[in-house]
Amino acid sequence: MHLILFVVFAGLCLAGAVNLLLQTHPINSALSLIVVMTSLAVLYLLLGAEFLAAAQVIVYAGAIMVLFTFVVMLLNAGREDRTLGSSAAKTVGFPAVAAILSLIATIILHAQGLGTARLGDGITSTEELSTVLFTKLLLPFEATSILILIAILGAVALARHGHGSDGDRERTGGK
Amino acid sequence: MNPVYAQLQQEVPLAWYLILSAILFSLGIVGFLIKRNLITVFMSIELMLNAVNLSFVTFAHQWHQVKGQIFVFFVMMVAAAEAAVGLAIIIAVFRARATLAVDRIDRMKL
Repeated sequence: MHLILFVVFAGLCLAGAVNLLLQTHPINSALSLIVVMTSLAVLYLLLGAEFLAAAQVIVYAGAIMVLFTFVVMLLNAGREDRTLGSSAAKTVGFPAVAAILSLIATIILHAQGLGTARLGDGITSTEELSTVLFTKLLLPFEATSILILIAILGAVALARHGHGSDGDRERTGGK
Repeated sequence: MNPVYAQLQQEVPLAWYLILSAILFSLGIVGFLIKRNLITVFMSIELMLNAVNLSFVTFAHQWHQVKGQIFVFFVMMVAAAEAAVGLAIIIAVFRARATLAVDRIDRMKL
């Protein structure tokens, strides 16, 4: 059962990632990325991380991808032109990527002591996770909340139309 | 042994999860290199972050440590903040240049 679920959702994951690269329209790439993230949530569930599976669906496949599709539609992004592809990516990039991938795969396949995953084995409950998070790691958690607050302020400041008086002038000029 | 029970007990080596993570990360790098649209380049970065998260969860399962999963939680939070700021920057760039093609956004100043 675990094997079947792993093969199905790993295949979906890879198909989504490859489709992200092949599609020319950004909205199709965004939808394939949602497929990748949702399949990854199932893989987290197979590895016993139930809270992270829920958070993956809510935060990644929900909030972040809604933001992406919203921006794609807001900016009315059309299909990309492929003519201007840089030659450096083809001559240096792809051999480097292939080398890195083969290196990592070799290291992983030769690693000793890696265990196996079984269905219903080593499930981490949300209670366990939150006990550690809210006792030992409370300070990083609070720091993250401040980081998100700063990110909200930064996003509002960056995406605001114009800068102060310029924007006001444009708005009154439009009327 | 009952064949249905045997099927339920099938195990998957954790190395497969790690290799899947490595492949996803490489696909993210390839996307970063070949995509010519600013938003899609940003999506490739998100793909790489997700690949690393899968590695974290796999190692957390291997060592029976909760801290690996908490690290993934923090990566998700930082990714959410990064997506909000990054997309705001993309909107600002689009307003200044009226294009999303990375080849035409080649100057730091206006």
